[in-house]
Amino acid sequence: MSDNEDTYDTPDPVVLADDAPVNLEAEFEASNVKEVLDQLDQELIGLKPVKTRIREIAALLLVDRLRKQFALTSETPTLHMNFTGNPGTGKTTVALRMAEILHRLGYVREGHLVSVTRDDLVGQYIGHTAPKTKEVIKKAMGGVLFIDEAYYLYKPENERDYGAESIEILLQVMENNRDDLVVILAGYKDRMDKFFHSNPGMRSRVAHHIDFPDYSADEMLAIAKLMLADQNYRLSPDAEKAFHEYISLRMTMEHFANARSVRNALDRARLRQANRLFANASKSLHKDDLMTIEAEDVLASRVFQEGKLDGDPADGVSDSE
Amino acid sequence: MMTNQGNRVTQGQFSFLPDLTDEQITLQIKHALSQGWAVSVEYTDDPHPRNTYWEMFGNPMFDLKDPAGILMEINSCRKTFPNHYIRVGAFSSVQGVESVTMSYIVNRPKSEPGFGLVRQETEGRTMRYTIHSYASDKPEAERY
Repeated sequence: MSDNEDTYDTPDPVVLADDAPVNLEAEFEASNVKEVLDQLDQELIGLKPVKTRIREIAALLLVDRLRKQFALTSETPTLHMNFTGNPGTGKTTVALRMAEILHRLGYVREGHLVSVTRDDLVGQYIGHTAPKTKEVIKKAMGGVLFIDEAYYLYKPENERDYGAESIEILLQVMENNRDDLVVILAGYKDRMDKFFHSNPGMRSRVAHHIDFPDYSADEMLAIAKLMLADQNYRLSPDAEKAFHEYISLRMTMEHFANARSVRNALDRARLRQANRLFANASKSLHKDDLMTIEAEDVLASRVFQEGKLDGDPADGVSDSE
Repeated sequence: MMTNQGNRVTQGQFSFLPDLTDEQITLQIKHALSQGWAVSVEYTDDPHPRNTYWEMFGNPMFDLKDPAGILMEINSCRKTFPNHYIRVGAFSSVQGVESVTMSYIVNRPKSEPGFGLVRQETEGRTMRYTIHSYASDKPEAERY
């Protein structure tokens, strides 16, 4: 609330003379965007196309700002986006970042992210959907509305489904309140393609279609290290090798969900580490022991031993991997 | 109402000032939101000062961060009831307050006929006075 208090009562800007020089670099420095982009580079591994697009958007908004100093008005660019990609490729994480970036660039006023799914938008009886959708939209105004698994909104097999009504309201707001709200849709590629195919209005209102690529094994190892560092753990050199091997194996199996699978694998490795420490409880432990995940913690996974997923439903362990 | 030029109803905040512009309304809402108050839009066609409960336009709006959504609601209320009184209220849920802490009119009828003084003779030579809005002589929804 406090840092953009002047959004509404800025005095009329002074128009610069036609030949006045402006400094893009200074504007870039002043906007703190660099900080956000650097952070994005460090904390998000891989995702080349995503980063490129974010840079482009940042550049456009900065140039727009300079143009405004010469009173060169142009319409506010449409920033509604569509994120497609396999599970665990970082769609939600990037959406969160996006809200912050757009806020820093002064494109959205508050920079909060409202994350919803079909349940939050579509009602259960006639006349329930419109107020529900509008309430969500009003909450998201001044920030980013993130609709996860957006393709569920449209169910062609049921012509009385209320999802269509919700889409209609969304379309209207996406067109009329472009200054107030950025909508980001996310979902798996093939289903989103089908969704846009049956809602051409939606497709034309979403300007940025960004596809999230799958991660390579090396990238996933880097992600694993980042995740562990966040929780004050680390892999021993041997464990690192073992984990790389684990990922390569795991990638070929079914239900692989990229970074999410990595997180689950790490969680299980932590369990095994704790168990190992417990088994040798007589030995006195050091800080290092508590922090380090050893190769054996990783190698104990059933992915190695039987080529099966850990916690396969067949043996009654209700772990999704 | 002789001292009130143009018979303007003066209820709530800012009512002696010229009508607020949308920009000013936005700023007021922004203030309310920054205090954590829930903003709502209400309308009526009975301007009597003791008519405290106006009709709600839509649901009260909780957890909003930005005034744009409320302004959208105000404008849609203006579109539906262009000739009614519309006010914006801000409810504070702070314990011990728990009531409306801001309230101001954002839309009024084109012409406001004002109020007449009604005298009632009672026991002896006692007089009782009350006010009566000319507009409410007509049935609801036909008043303005």
